[in-house]
Amino acid sequence: MSEGQYLTPTKAARGLGSAKSGTQHHIRLRVTAIALVFLVPWFLYAVIKASGAGYEGALVWVGQPINATLLLLTAAAVSYHMRLGMQVIIEDYIAKTGTRTTLLILNTFAAYAMFIAVAMAVVQIWTAG
Amino acid sequence: MSGTKRAATRPLSPHIQIWRWHISALASITHRITGGALYFGTFLIAAWLVALAISPEAYAMMEGFITSIPGKIVLFLWAVAVLFHLYNGIRHLIWDGPGIGFSPKVASQVSTLIYVLAILSAAALMFAAGAF
Repeated sequence: MSEGQYLTPTKAARGLGSAKSGTQHHIRLRVTAIALVFLVPWFLYAVIKASGAGYEGALVWVGQPINATLLLLTAAAVSYHMRLGMQVIIEDYIAKTGTRTTLLILNTFAAYAMFIAVAMAVVQIWTAG
Repeated sequence: MSGTKRAATRPLSPHIQIWRWHISALASITHRITGGALYFGTFLIAAWLVALAISPEAYAMMEGFITSIPGKIVLFLWAVAVLFHLYNGIRHLIWDGPGIGFSPKVASQVSTLIYVLAILSAAALMFAAGAF
């Protein structure tokens, strides 16, 4: 089976079709998902524990190295996973090139901004405590 | 051999209306909707951590929202969304890896189970957090 089998000559000439990055996207979405299967239950437990302890208690809790480390790991995995997931939603529903590209760029910015904001907060609390 | 002629005869994918309704289809779109909602929910959680780093006043403001009635509703919906996405996500990993649970009957039963579990465990979580 040659590659041209399912491509019309016009389409082959235009060079449209798969961007050849689908497999990487698929695997990365799953690898972050596997990490989150472990991190999310811990995080839910953490939120209950930290949020019930008041301001001082929450500071002490986030300031512990093990909690700070797991929080950073969770933020990193969530940021990557949510970016990949939202990318698929945007690509599926937004057909207009300009709008789609704008949203894809904003998606990348938002995911990185979230991670950096959380990382700065956690590191600040950790080093202050 | 013209390109357009060939493209016109290619089969179309069956349209959504011709399929009998299945709860697994609802679970599929719920996975996407909860994923989209969690995208925005994550910024609220991030705001809570950032407020903690900023000042006691900023944290008190976040705490005030979380303990209010609208805040508790948002938190409960967030918990349902997280747990649904987590359970259904684990199912996706099982589908991808060992490939178990593909038969229509099992897929439907597991879908129902995931809805029930997500709501019950979210309620249990809120109860444990002292929100109820």
